[in-house]
Amino acid sequence: MIRFEHVGVTYPEASFPVLRDIDLTLPEGELCLVLGRTGAGKSTLLGTINGLVPHFTGGTLSGRVLVDGRDTRTHPPRELADVVGVVGQDPLAGFVTDTVEEELAYGMEQLALPADVMRKRVEETLDLVGLADLRSRPLRDLSGGQQQRAAIGAVLTCHPRILVLDEPTSALDPTAAEEVLAAITRLVHDLGVTVVMAEHRLERVLQYADRVLFLPGDGTARSGLPVDMMTPDVPSPPVVQLGRLAGWHPLPLSVRDARRHAPALRERLGAKPQRATARPGPVRLRARDVTVRYGDVIAVRAVDLDLAGGQVCGLMGRNGAGKSSLLWSLQGAGRRTAGTVDVRGVDPAGQPAAAARALVGLVPQSAADLLYLETVAEELEQADRESGRPAGSASQLLDELLPALPRDVHPRDLSEGQRLALVLAIQLVAGPDVVLLDEPTRGLDYDAKSRLAGVLRDLAAKGHAVVVSTHDVEFVAASCDRVVVLADGEVVADGTTGEVVLSSPTFAPQVAKVLSPTPWLTVADVADALDLPRPA
Amino acid sequence: MRWTEPLPRALHPMAWWLWALGLATAVSRTTNPLLIAVLLAVVGYVVVARRGAAPWARAFPAYLLLALSVVAIRVVFNAVLGSVDEGHVLLTLPRVGLPDWAKGVSLGGPVTAEEVLAAAYDGLRLGALICCVGAANALANPKRALRSLPPALYEIGSAVVVAMTFAPQMVESVLRVRRARRLRGAPGKGLRAVRAIAIPVLEDALSRSLLLAAAMDSRGYGRTLDVPRRVRRTTSALVLAGLLALCLGLYGLLDGTAPRLLGVTALGVGLALSALGLGIAGRRVRRSTYRPDPWRPAEWAVAMCGVTSAAIMVAVGSYDPLLLHPSLDPLQWPDLPVLPLVAVLIGLLPAWLAPRPEPLLRRTHAMAVAA
Repeated sequence: MIRFEHVGVTYPEASFPVLRDIDLTLPEGELCLVLGRTGAGKSTLLGTINGLVPHFTGGTLSGRVLVDGRDTRTHPPRELADVVGVVGQDPLAGFVTDTVEEELAYGMEQLALPADVMRKRVEETLDLVGLADLRSRPLRDLSGGQQQRAAIGAVLTCHPRILVLDEPTSALDPTAAEEVLAAITRLVHDLGVTVVMAEHRLERVLQYADRVLFLPGDGTARSGLPVDMMTPDVPSPPVVQLGRLAGWHPLPLSVRDARRHAPALRERLGAKPQRATARPGPVRLRARDVTVRYGDVIAVRAVDLDLAGGQVCGLMGRNGAGKSSLLWSLQGAGRRTAGTVDVRGVDPAGQPAAAARALVGLVPQSAADLLYLETVAEELEQADRESGRPAGSASQLLDELLPALPRDVHPRDLSEGQRLALVLAIQLVAGPDVVLLDEPTRGLDYDAKSRLAGVLRDLAAKGHAVVVSTHDVEFVAASCDRVVVLADGEVVADGTTGEVVLSSPTFAPQVAKVLSPTPWLTVADVADALDLPRPA
Repeated sequence: MRWTEPLPRALHPMAWWLWALGLATAVSRTTNPLLIAVLLAVVGYVVVARRGAAPWARAFPAYLLLALSVVAIRVVFNAVLGSVDEGHVLLTLPRVGLPDWAKGVSLGGPVTAEEVLAAAYDGLRLGALICCVGAANALANPKRALRSLPPALYEIGSAVVVAMTFAPQMVESVLRVRRARRLRGAPGKGLRAVRAIAIPVLEDALSRSLLLAAAMDSRGYGRTLDVPRRVRRTTSALVLAGLLALCLGLYGLLDGTAPRLLGVTALGVGLALSALGLGIAGRRVRRSTYRPDPWRPAEWAVAMCGVTSAAIMVAVGSYDPLLLHPSLDPLQWPDLPVLPLVAVLIGLLPAWLAPRPEPLLRRTHAMAVAA
């Protein structure tokens, strides 16, 4: 279906190629998962399939890509629209019209399909992606999962034989991600669509893959069956790491596979895990009755929250449950309709901005909003000036977070993880007691996530109270001491990580699912109990 | 046979626009405040009777307010700057002496009833024109109206649609970045904040437009048949010239003082040229429309109401102009002439001729059965 013949891609002004000499065939009707670290060329590879690379992005393509027999060198993306459907990471950014039904029809209008065919296909596709009830709703009013399904439906109406998905679930909460993945697997199984998908959250998708394509980062690619591809150098989900640790054969790819081996391991592990949970220090932030309301919508409803120093607290909940609103109102920069927040005896909301940030530091979801200068060095100097610290303080902090980040690059050219470290350093230089991070794990690969987990643990060890809102259950299991779950603006669960995530089917990490009912959370815990080295 | 009400549906946007433009032409011919008041009532009634539940349908009151402020501004300016000092003096404003170079302009002085009424009548006419446009906007979905443009103008239409969705996103982006400014300890206001806000917002907008462009390209936007460059240039020239002539002709027709012949000829030539240009250009576009709006008898009826109304007023205006312009000298209570009244009242018929608009949320089958 897709044939790469000695494909190489070099972007202008780059000294080495992103991809080189890729020679492989993706057969029809398979779900192919593309793996690789940030910057390994996943998006570039996906872009070559419908000709966006190089027709749209620039750069040089050597070799050729044949898609359903068409050469992408001579066919620009618009001439491949009837064969390849592309769905990006942020569905809202790709919507052209404003209601579900019109969006589904847009692609067909461009292909000049007759009106009766369009009408029929829109109805079929609405059922296929489960959006029939929402057909006339504005796209902006849909939830994240519904938007992503609408985006998939919008390319499906053209009956493409190939669907290319670039991190389709990275912005979604666990339940919404399940919805989207269920829709995608139905396409593969029932319609024989070839799906090529890049995704960092392997624990969600690996079990559905027929084939794995790994980009090690040097421009080459390897592909094979998922079970053969799960070698130690390939990023792997917790269930695979657990299997490798326990020496299971064949390696389990799903929780279901692994549970067959679980009884023996449970016996080996014996008693309850001894998890070193950081003891809560003194209370750094005391919030009472915090309420946030936008017109008729109550985003946060009378929340009481005490944050202790020395602990990392995970904040979980559906998209739109009020996580961001709560964090912003705790910092004082966001709206707060009622309630009080007390940090060192003062309420940050009543303080001038500079004083508020010395009490509570917040890294917003779109961290780039805080950056506006030309280089990393300028941003760091500006941060020192803003917080009245000696020159070089922010730079030193950044070195602790992420050693050897070049200072002369433009902040826009940093990777997601590097930019996060920069903004965190800028916020930490003010010396806040409380550090809040709003969805920092979005778009981070496994390495960056484990580095972030380490950074957060260090901050807590220095006495900060750290709160991190995230959808990533594996990240929470690995890094948080305490978890607070919000639903509809209210706290519905609050306790140690073990208590909260183990009792919930959506929030349980893979290791817990495999080894339940014994409460193990992470591969690292299991490795420690068995006196084996922790997986990298 | 029993009469059954037609099924609710959205009327073709062009029909509403023709109706509104017809009424606008009609009202542009008169300064009679009674006629204009009746016309405003007619337009208002039709809007209330046949507007849908969508957001744009609630825009009419805003146009009414705009019209009112036009009248007010016109009256105030005329009273202050007016140079007519004879007639029924209502009040006398203190006169401000102006230097020699501003001769001819007088500030203050006596305000006469004639002057105020003339300004009010004229303002009212302008306000009524604005309300006609507002009515069309409230009754016809602006996006569907753009979709019914000829295929050659499709690009312009989609640019407008994209801009309309982009504007609120920009506003959102500015608010978000301003809020984020506080996190760095800097105020969200002042000159220094402009750069700190503008740069992230512009970067955001730029990356968003690149993503959108890539998405549109991937979905087949811009698939055209190859056309030689010479043909492309000719069609552009044809369309441009045609549109120019059209504007000229419309102006000639709407402005009663311009020569009638010029208006009609220019309009004819403009129509022909544009149609030719658009026809040739449209042939290179391969595209179809999802659920195109049909043009049925109801559309004809609504459009004809507007056209008839305009035709009668234009005819009356050229036959007996005094009938449509009440005398200010001597001051008189305006009459309500019969034929123009009929013309304006024809504009009311769409309140019954047009089908009801579709409710925003369709009731599902289950709900209907339960009820």
